[in-house]
Amino acid sequence: MNIKFRRFSEFLIEKAIFLSGIISILFVVLIFAFLLKEGLALFKYVSVKDFIFGAEWYPISEPPKFGIISLIMGSVWVTAGAIIISVPIGIAAAIYISEIAPRKIRGILKSGIEMLAAIPSVVIGFIGITTLVPLVKNVFGLSTGLTALSGSIMLAFMAIPTIVSIAEDAFYSIPKRYKEAALALGATHWQTIWRVLIKAAFPGIVAASMLGIGRVIGETMAVMMITGNVAKIPNSIFDPVRTLTATIAAEMGEAVRGSDHYFALFAIGIVLFVITFLINLIADIYINRELK
Amino acid sequence: MNPKLAQKIAFIILLLATILVIVPVGMIVVIIVVKGAPAINWEFLLAMPSKGMRAGGIFPAIVGTIYLVAATILFAIPVGVFSAIYLVEYARENLLTRMVKLAIINLAGVPSIVYGLFGLGLFVIFLGFGPSIIAGALTLAIMILPIIITTSKEALDSVPRSYREASLALGASKWQTIRHVVLPSALPGILTGIILGISRAAGETAPILFTVAAFYLPRLPRTMFDQVMVLPYHLFVVSTQIPNIKTEYTYATALVLVGIVLIANLAAIILRSKYRKKI
Repeated sequence: MNIKFRRFSEFLIEKAIFLSGIISILFVVLIFAFLLKEGLALFKYVSVKDFIFGAEWYPISEPPKFGIISLIMGSVWVTAGAIIISVPIGIAAAIYISEIAPRKIRGILKSGIEMLAAIPSVVIGFIGITTLVPLVKNVFGLSTGLTALSGSIMLAFMAIPTIVSIAEDAFYSIPKRYKEAALALGATHWQTIWRVLIKAAFPGIVAASMLGIGRVIGETMAVMMITGNVAKIPNSIFDPVRTLTATIAAEMGEAVRGSDHYFALFAIGIVLFVITFLINLIADIYINRELK
Repeated sequence: MNPKLAQKIAFIILLLATILVIVPVGMIVVIIVVKGAPAINWEFLLAMPSKGMRAGGIFPAIVGTIYLVAATILFAIPVGVFSAIYLVEYARENLLTRMVKLAIINLAGVPSIVYGLFGLGLFVIFLGFGPSIIAGALTLAIMILPIIITTSKEALDSVPRSYREASLALGASKWQTIRHVVLPSALPGILTGIILGISRAAGETAPILFTVAAFYLPRLPRTMFDQVMVLPYHLFVVSTQIPNIKTEYTYATALVLVGIVLIANLAAIILRSKYRKKI
């Protein structure tokens, strides 16, 4: 092949590689830019304060009300419940898999957890409707099982693979000598785990929990299918709720393009983007701290 | 307490926590298979839905999913693999690289419904594609980019430095080395990432809600600019929007979806474990 042509085509390919390399930055910027472009228009009609702290979400009544505090509280309740359930279980499973499980079983357990991560959220939602929702209704004697609690349980389940895999990495990356030193001093395996390894893995555990929270806050389909979709500030975990994500998913189909309702749903998107961005940033800081 | 006894109790608790995670996974799969399998037959797989989706089959949703995922992968592979090549072979430790890595982490963390909004804003409205396969595929492609980049990067990283040095020492250029030495040895790892991307794209609902998914459209798409029915959205529709539907029908839809996703994942797991043994 002609050398000049080869040089030129290599030059082009390397440019393409460079562009693809930095394209992730472009996409993050584009996503944020489009959310702002469509979402900020809302604030011509509604103040930021009324939007965030307003108690009423009546997007299609006349005049419409665009207060999202009830949706924020819906997300907060469901997320808090899910995290309380998933963090201890997830960390415990990570410890079992990385420290205790026999080598042969370890592979099976890891594949099982990967399978869980792979099950589509709409399938989890569907199974939630058919199994968990009636169960919650009967066990707690409620008029409906479509509650924040059902959402929390299902979402805890969905957050666990994220928590387990990040926490497991944290336990693997602890230098061997920590464990050997503790065992040599006569500590039992469990004392070593409890007093040495958990402390050493702590930044990783925090990162795992943060990424779990990020996963739960952003989850849409399952939560829309099983939390009852009532846009009211919940009084207890047994109330139906409506999350930020479910609101967008449920209403965008009907929102008229360019209407204030449409802008408001994008504005909710901005809130979600900023929350998950911050959560990922914090998790990343903790993961890097662990590496040092 | 006796430390030996404490250890025993602690390990039992840890084991129970692990069982609490693993058993429901198995139960979900078993429930779907047992309740869905009886309704699966050729008619269900290859016929159009009828009677308001209460009867007939899910053929258009299967075809729609295949088209959508194929288009997604076509968009995502070149960008994702090139991006990984950049990070492993070209990038230096500087601010730009740090920002790229942070951006990838963030792309992985953006909620799926926000991808849906973004796809609606950019592809459907701004670029004027309307709800279409191309709009949905581009949205999904950006969403699975972090998966493809991360797994490809891992695969490229695991190619021994000596391979590259040998090739360069023979007078090959940097790109020739990448093209003929590094990429072939990293191929199984990259394939694993692609399969995981397929599995993710096939199962997602939120990003396609406003970009491509049709509620009911009993015909096959003709061009990239057509809307299609898609399996995950169809499952959402039949399990929440259609009253008095036969439950076998819903479970069978779930079974087809879970089948596609889990088989893809299983393939990825097997491929990866074989590949790891080889290195």
